[in-house]
Amino acid sequence: MTSTGPQPHRLETGGVIDRSRPVDFLVEGAAVSGYAGDTIASALLAGGRRRVGDSIYLSRPRGIVAAGVEEPNALVRIRGECDESMLPATTVEAADGLDVSLLSGIGVLDQRQDPAEYDTMNVHTDVAVIGAGPAGLAAAREAAATGARVTVFEQDFELGGSMLADPTQHIEGVPAREWVEVVRAELEAAPEVTVLARTTVFGSYDGNYLIALEKRGDQFGAPARPGVSRQRVWHVNAARVVLATGAMERTVVFADSDRPGVMLASAVHTYLGRYAVLPGQAVVVFTTNDSAYPVAHALVAAGAAVTVVDARERSVSSPARDAAVAAGLSVRPGSAVVGVDGDAGEAVEAAWVAPIDAAGTPGDAERVSADLVAVSGGWSPTLHLHSQRQGSVHWDDQLAGFVPTGPVGGQFLAGSVAGAYWTEGCLEQGRRAGRRAAAETGHGPAYEAETAHEQPGQSERAARAGTTRQLWIVPGRAEGYARHLVDLQRDQTAADLLRATGAGMRSVEHIKRYTSIGTGADQGKLSGVTTIGILTAALADQVPAAEGSPLTPGDIGTTTFRAPFTPVAFGALAGRCRGDLFDAARTTPAHSWHVEHGAVFEDVGQWKRPRYYPQEGEDMDAAVTRECRAAREGVAFLDATTLGKIEVRGADAPEFLNRIYTNGYLKLAVGKGRYGVMCTPDGMVFDDGVSLRLAPDRYFMTATTGNAAKVLDWLEEWSQTEWPDLDVTFTSVTEQWATTAVVGPRSREVIARLAPDLDVSKEGFGFMEFRDTVLASGIPARICRITFSGELAYEVNVATWYGLKVWEDIAEAGADLDITPYGTEAMHVLRAEKAYPIVGQDTDGTVTPQDLGMDWIVSTTKEFIGKRSYSRRALTEGVRKHLVSVLPVDTSLRLPEGAQLVEPDALGDYTGQSLPVRPIPMLGHVTSSYHSQALGRGFGLALVSDGRNRIGETVLASFGGRFAEVLIDEPVLYDKEGARRDG
Amino acid sequence: MLTIDCPHCGPRPETEFGYGGQAHVAYPEDPSALTDEEWAGYLFYRDNPRGEFAERWVHSAGCRKWFNAVRDTRTYRISATYTSAGPVPAGIVRPRTDVPHPVSKGA
Repeated sequence: MTSTGPQPHRLETGGVIDRSRPVDFLVEGAAVSGYAGDTIASALLAGGRRRVGDSIYLSRPRGIVAAGVEEPNALVRIRGECDESMLPATTVEAADGLDVSLLSGIGVLDQRQDPAEYDTMNVHTDVAVIGAGPAGLAAAREAAATGARVTVFEQDFELGGSMLADPTQHIEGVPAREWVEVVRAELEAAPEVTVLARTTVFGSYDGNYLIALEKRGDQFGAPARPGVSRQRVWHVNAARVVLATGAMERTVVFADSDRPGVMLASAVHTYLGRYAVLPGQAVVVFTTNDSAYPVAHALVAAGAAVTVVDARERSVSSPARDAAVAAGLSVRPGSAVVGVDGDAGEAVEAAWVAPIDAAGTPGDAERVSADLVAVSGGWSPTLHLHSQRQGSVHWDDQLAGFVPTGPVGGQFLAGSVAGAYWTEGCLEQGRRAGRRAAAETGHGPAYEAETAHEQPGQSERAARAGTTRQLWIVPGRAEGYARHLVDLQRDQTAADLLRATGAGMRSVEHIKRYTSIGTGADQGKLSGVTTIGILTAALADQVPAAEGSPLTPGDIGTTTFRAPFTPVAFGALAGRCRGDLFDAARTTPAHSWHVEHGAVFEDVGQWKRPRYYPQEGEDMDAAVTRECRAAREGVAFLDATTLGKIEVRGADAPEFLNRIYTNGYLKLAVGKGRYGVMCTPDGMVFDDGVSLRLAPDRYFMTATTGNAAKVLDWLEEWSQTEWPDLDVTFTSVTEQWATTAVVGPRSREVIARLAPDLDVSKEGFGFMEFRDTVLASGIPARICRITFSGELAYEVNVATWYGLKVWEDIAEAGADLDITPYGTEAMHVLRAEKAYPIVGQDTDGTVTPQDLGMDWIVSTTKEFIGKRSYSRRALTEGVRKHLVSVLPVDTSLRLPEGAQLVEPDALGDYTGQSLPVRPIPMLGHVTSSYHSQALGRGFGLALVSDGRNRIGETVLASFGGRFAEVLIDEPVLYDKEGARRDG
Repeated sequence: MLTIDCPHCGPRPETEFGYGGQAHVAYPEDPSALTDEEWAGYLFYRDNPRGEFAERWVHSAGCRKWFNAVRDTRTYRISATYTSAGPVPAGIVRPRTDVPHPVSKGA
């Protein structure tokens, strides 16, 4: 049951609200009532609430200022399954059951997981119309009539824009409200037209790519039906864009102008016309231009007592003012509001009005009782989306605003965003933009191109806008500007602004950062141009103006507009890419076995790889030690399926590999494999791996797990762009083969049981050879003798769909030998003991094969990518870093990877605390570091300046504010003579 | 986001493509014949014009073919795309890479 509470400020009739549908909700625990079609702000005002949350830093009392997205004060948090903060009350639709808290300028992020769904839509459209005021609706209607695909975006939940505030207006002979409904019905009936209300285009990018946020369904009530998203991000490819984003009104800064009861005149108009709410009974309308006069008339018609304070001199011609005087309104020309008094509730109870001279200096002030001050400081076109595309803007002194100089390519400007501040002008520009945009997509009749000045209403624009006095700030009755709030969200005053200019700042970008003006959640929608205006006055004699004219805001310039236009939740941007859907997870055929055997996984690119298999009571170190011992002393097996695999095929495949790898591939015999290193043209290591020669024209190449896609790209690039004459093709077969490494002195026995037809003897199956065979299970396999541990080892490759079966067969074949599964951590320890480098860990794009001590792999007789660089002076002269091993003197120590190495005597008196006075030259850094089961100590690999000539030296490793002595040694620490690989 | 007209597949979103830097920079015929300066010119120096720029793109998530595009670096407008077999659009100057880049002189 709803019980509608008192709404003392609600008018009996009027408004675009549904009085048959009352809504009741809570604000700070108190009941607030309104109707469907209200915002939280309009319902609060209807109920007589004047004050909202205090300001963020100065705790100044605040009220509702605006009626749209520019609202700086009335920010709320709404409770839900996941609370949402920092919502302007002026944009949130009133709904039954809302639980609203008023914020003091700052929100609280709800730490609970948001259970709502968010999703993404990608669309192409001929004409995107942004804004559904008179210009946008007229454009959409014309474009739709041609049969073009049209998408209309309106951030509000109602269409109509400025027409909503003035229901008395007639459009094409019918009331505005009716006209909007007619156009909406037309658009919705057109098959190729989509009208998206509650949808804000928040980003505009190259190629007319737009990103918009749609708020769908009930935002805060019961969860939507499963599968229906709460919000949707639209990615729009638009052939043409019509920007009909309108304009925003500015305020004038005076003493205490941030007090509750001071509102934008246009907002007052909107509350009156759209919501049938009269926010005050005794109203001072303070204006610098004609646009506030219709507001004054509307207030009078609603029963308010109105005094108009017009900053323009009596001598300035203004038909709107003359008409107001003739209608009996009290008008005070050449005057300004210089301050306001607050009542017990801190809201306005009187305005101080004084005449001002040409410089803006006030005379004696008079106190005028008022519970509402409606301010108009002029209008600023909403050019954010235009500026995001680097569209040019200039200061129009007549319109007193920054206006677009001309549209961005592929776009049209229509309505008040282009400075057309009257409805008929908006309609005319909209129709024209809609027709032309459609025509340029091949719909409807074609048109000649037009210049900016030929656009409709261009000559009429200034006359229609009338004269605006560029009054930005009015001195108060007391000295100083500490009570003149410029940016209400950041609590920054004109005094703060003057402090910035006093500190010598001239650039608006510097001043923005010094003061933080314009950096709030509202991004300075209300304060931006006013700030520039005040700067114009403050810097009048300090910044050069255009020759022969006084300084204008155009000489100061605007700050940069960036997406998003209004705040967007991260949840919406993430869309469905959360949790398991965040990224694809690649698993190997034996994944389920790893899970069953308690593997701890690590992510390697998208792959899930077992890191180690802890047994009862084991930590990682214990498990890795056990796994290493099995590989060194018995037999162990590793899932190596993730290794990148590429088939290289074609008559010129040998020649191609010969050019790609630093070592030779022409003479590699069929049935044998070879380890190779590939480098970039600057000679740096790019990847490594073993290639098997399957046939004269066919190789099977392996690449580093995390680098496989890049290697394929690399091969294709060289093949296509430099050597298109070579007959060679590449196919990724990573997913086609499952690979198991069987490692250790007893691996031969396991392979013999697994593949009884295979001669596994040392003589019959040499190192770096492979055999195609059929396993005892009947499964065809390709078995290679390759080692990444230095031990006798085999790699068993089978078709992926046999991967799990063969893995299990290996486990069974080795069961009596206590065959042990091992993960990537043990793999790393084993390979590091042998100084096998990992590309990307022990190298970083600045390391040559020679730096790794691998001169033997660099051919001196053939040409290959990178070769020329090895004779560059940059590589032949001076000192290079070499890969060496480092042994901590404290054998139990495991150095952190990344630890810096320095000369012991380079420290001076530096103790490791805070920062050294002078930089300490570094010798290099630790690239890999582990505890070695075989050596019984910690060890690492490091890139060290001139490292091979420092073997035997002791240096210091610096990490975590401490130093440790480490001995530099030869890279290979285990089985230096390589005796173990043949078993 | 740009819409890029792949010569093989037609217009596709930029996210399907990879970028490959300046076009028409051929790998030198005989690197060993180049001086260090000339080789460094090939390795490290590329043009960075304000205006039309011929550059390489690859349709990574499509046909995986490399092609060239002429893009205006001021507006990001792509005026032409063409394959290595196709004619080079008028006005595109192929830089020579077997001579030192001007910037590298005296370095």
